Amino acid sequence: MADTATIAAPDSIHTSDAAHRRLKRRYAFETRFKVFGIAAITLAILALVSLLWTVFSNAFGALYQTNLVLPVSLSAERIDPGATNDPSVIRRGDFEGAVKEALRTALPAASGRRERRELYGLVSDGAALDLRELAMANPSVIGSKEPRVLLASDDANLWIKGYLGSIETLPTDGRATPIGTTGSIEIVAEANVFQPLLTVVKESLLKKAAAFERQAMLQQRGVSYFENLLSQLGDDASEQRADYERQITGYKNREASFTEKADAIRKRAEAPGGREAVDSDLSSFLVRINGGVVKVREVSADTVRGDVILPLASEAPVAANAWQLQRITSSEVSRKVSDRQIVWLEELRKSGNVSVDFNTRLFTSSNSRESELAGVWGAAVGSFWTMLVTFCLAFPIGVMAAIYLEEFAPKNAITSFIEVNINNLAAVPSIVFGLLGLAVVIEFFGEDIFNQDLRSTALAGGIVLALMTLPTIIIAARAAIKAVPPSIREAALGVGASKVQAVSHHVLPLAMPGILTGTIIGMAQALGETAPLLMIGMFAFIKDVPTGVMDDATALPVQVYQWSDFPERLFEMKTAAAIVVLLLFLITMNAIAVLLRRRFERKW
Amino acid sequence: MDQRVDTSLLEPQRVVLPGEAAPETEVAARGVSVHYGAKQALFDVDLDVPKNSVMSLIGPSGCGKSTFLRCINRMNDVIDIARVSGRIELEGKNIYDADLDVVELRARVGMVFQKPNPFPKSIYENIAYGPRIHGITASKADLDALVEDSLRRAGLFDEVKDRLQEPGTGLSGGQQQRLCIARAIATRPDVILMDEPCSALDPIATAIVEELIDELRANYTIMIVTHSMQQAARVSQRTAFFHLGYLVEEGDTNRIFTNPTDPRTQDYITGRTG
Amino acid sequence: MQDHIVSAYSAELELLDTKIATMGGLAEQMLGRSFEALERRDPDLAASVVERDQDIDDLQTELEEQVVQMIARRQPMANDLRQIMAATKIAGDLERSGDLAKNIAKRAAAIADQSPPMPLISGLRRMSELAMRQLKDVLDAYAERDAHSAVAAWRNDEQIDATYNSVFRELLTYMMEDPRTIGMCTHLLFAAKNLERVGDHATNIAETIHFLVIGDPLPNDRPKGDTTSTTLIRHS
Repeated sequence: MADTATIAAPDSIHTSDAAHRRLKRRYAFETRFKVFGIAAITLAILALVSLLWTVFSNAFGALYQTNLVLPVSLSAERIDPGATNDPSVIRRGDFEGAVKEALRTALPAASGRRERRELYGLVSDGAALDLRELAMANPSVIGSKEPRVLLASDDANLWIKGYLGSIETLPTDGRATPIGTTGSIEIVAEANVFQPLLTVVKESLLKKAAAFERQAMLQQRGVSYFENLLSQLGDDASEQRADYERQITGYKNREASFTEKADAIRKRAEAPGGREAVDSDLSSFLVRINGGVVKVREVSADTVRGDVILPLASEAPVAANAWQLQRITSSEVSRKVSDRQIVWLEELRKSGNVSVDFNTRLFTSSNSRESELAGVWGAAVGSFWTMLVTFCLAFPIGVMAAIYLEEFAPKNAITSFIEVNINNLAAVPSIVFGLLGLAVVIEFFGEDIFNQDLRSTALAGGIVLALMTLPTIIIAARAAIKAVPPSIREAALGVGASKVQAVSHHVLPLAMPGILTGTIIGMAQALGETAPLLMIGMFAFIKDVPTGVMDDATALPVQVYQWSDFPERLFEMKTAAAIVVLLLFLITMNAIAVLLRRRFERKW
Repeated sequence: MDQRVDTSLLEPQRVVLPGEAAPETEVAARGVSVHYGAKQALFDVDLDVPKNSVMSLIGPSGCGKSTFLRCINRMNDVIDIARVSGRIELEGKNIYDADLDVVELRARVGMVFQKPNPFPKSIYENIAYGPRIHGITASKADLDALVEDSLRRAGLFDEVKDRLQEPGTGLSGGQQQRLCIARAIATRPDVILMDEPCSALDPIATAIVEELIDELRANYTIMIVTHSMQQAARVSQRTAFFHLGYLVEEGDTNRIFTNPTDPRTQDYITGRTG
Repeated sequence: MQDHIVSAYSAELELLDTKIATMGGLAEQMLGRSFEALERRDPDLAASVVERDQDIDDLQTELEEQVVQMIARRQPMANDLRQIMAATKIAGDLERSGDLAKNIAKRAAAIADQSPPMPLISGLRRMSELAMRQLKDVLDAYAERDAHSAVAAWRNDEQIDATYNSVFRELLTYMMEDPRTIGMCTHLLFAAKNLERVGDHATNIAETIHFLVIGDPLPNDRPKGDTTSTTLIRHS
């Protein structure tokens, strides 16, 4: 009876309610598992998308370059007075002067040393260099006066592309009358037109007052701290007491001064009307009137006082809305381009002398300290040479090592020791390989064998990266060779192929796709590697495009790292652009590997 | 259990029909032992394989029959830990002599494996590979002729003549196995070793291969390892039964399958525990 | 003998043995009863023997079917193959023996109203006893797979042959002396011949057992005692 009670009838085991519950639990587990999996993948995709979005949206800014198109007079006396057409003479020509002259002609309003310097700052140093290149390549341009494309400076470039803020126009509902046309002038308007501007200033004053009040409060804290200490002191510590009292007095004085300042500012801010200065940490305000532009320095409800940037045509009163009050959304201190430069740039833009073009320089020029001149070509070529060396060393050595270990090496303690070490090498931090490169490649190879300084050459970088890539390639190649079915080896040996023939005719072609995959993984790793390259000096600032493996070179990731360290806004974008180029490099390498793999696989 | 009435009747005798010459021996094994490391896989095997006949090797898994087969073309050399002792003579010459080249041996002793293993190349290349590495043929025309001849002998030519440049792996299992046989024939061997050649094939493909083996017998000495007793009975003239590394019994196939001498053979071929 | 890994195969082989044993038992029984009917002039007993023959025929058909199925499904090898072949052959011999017993029973019915010549029957009795013993011996040898006793039984066939010779001569003599007995004596002569044939079948069975157990046929030089085919009694 016990038996029949404990063992249910077979059909009820799988159809009872308990069984259904069990089944349900299993399905629920499966569903949970799937949900987790999908969530993980979604997370990964989101991370990837946000990464790519950040990189690409940043890089986009670097893809376009602002140019000023101005007539430049390349007069013969300035460049080649003797009409020699000799490149070495032309090289020394005063192209910078030509550029400056062109700027002065285009914006005659700029006068005085300071203004001139700001004016010249609109154009990059590269503009003169470009003209020099042009003249050297084509001396017939000397003596001509034609519109030339002048590369804008990075700040001008950023302003034109809108990265440094924009200009918005405020309503002007009353007549305005300028008093004066140049220098520092006043503009009087009806109907408290400037009241909103004054409000902005007063709001900022309130904020300043609040800041002072907060300072005062902090001083108050100091006071109470020392008062507390004082109350704990005994009667005999008179020296200490005096010290504390001095501290308290100091804090109290400071508190009083802060409070006083805060009160004064607050009073100014809260009082209606009055005349207030527009500080440079506020948005800049401009008045466009009678064909001129005035930068506002002081404002009251109906009057502004400011500096003329572009001279006014006359002092004639102007009807409401026929003049303009403009606000630059960023403050002057927060950007490197001055209000004056902005006005000039807008003037040039209005007259059609500004063009925004695709930035070919990014891809054709090499590194530069000037952000608008810097490009990735040098680094890309450096990376190419480095990768070439890496591939030429790591691939054959790695594949041969893998073949030997997998097919020929006897299985004994020595080979297994070597295997363990190869596997461990793959996990060694890359900086260690950099040290090795420094010690062996540069010190030993460079000085003792090649008798040449290999520091920061693509050869040294390639050797170091090859060392780093070798374990990856060996491991991948061994796995690929091991995955070739033994039946193929047996078949080859069975018809009388020697071991080497069996491997080279049959095993290797079949393992090649896997080997290539492993190689690409290793090469991709090497391509993105910075640390060992830093160790062997490929961090150096190199302006020239390397022409071979023995030239000084840098590499894309190093360049990315370098640029990311520079403060210029444009470098930030170019960093992203360089990352995109690095990714393209990587995709190209992968594509080549896929193509090669296809070829090998098509041969069955 | 011994019920022998007249033991003289029971001695295994090589059946020699009157008027037929005693068959010439192609492969002769003498005292062949194989060790895998410390483990001995084959114990002192003596076996004569007559020329132009089919010898099947049967026995339970791990009995050493495949090991023995692989001694004959020295495929065991590939395994590091394998050690072969004794003599195996191919046409009177010990194949384990130091002056015998293993590559030459394998050209003379072809092998067909359990799973059809054509190279992942074209049908033509599969056949041409062996002759090419041995330099058997002088010209492309010779090679073409040899490929065709090998495929014809393997009974495959008519099926594949229009697609010689297509991959060998695209053929059916049975065709692949015949391709492997053709590949083995292409190096003009004396002996063909077959290690369970039909274990991956369906009965029709098996029958075709068995018919092929029977035809090949006229020109080659064939040794076949099989797990199918019926197959051994069908294709072979002589059968050797291996058990736990020993050659237990060898004799005329007809006798082995109707009246084996050793009780271990009896138990094995009738499917009894033991 | 160890059991097969596939136990159903062993069971089938045992079933073959069981069927052979049943057929052997039936054949022995028929043989005994047919002689009894002959001796006692009992037509009813004779009729029961005739009826029995159907059973033995059915058993043989059944066994042959089983053998065909086993060959198709089990692909028997070596001793299994020999056993199956032996069972087929033995079943055939037993069926023939059954037929011969039936024939004796029919003759018993035919001569039921004749008075028995006593001495004559005593020779037949001896033949019948010998044939039955022979049958029993080979069936026992089969059951025990005993080649020795099979060969011994095989040699014993000589005795039946010798007895048959004397019965043959005796009956010929009776017929010459009293032509009225020719009808009955002919029946008895055939009965004797049938008994001698049963002995021959037993011998076949013994040979089959030898093949089954040893794997080789017995050499074809059995001592033959039956000389009747060359015996000619001259009317003097």
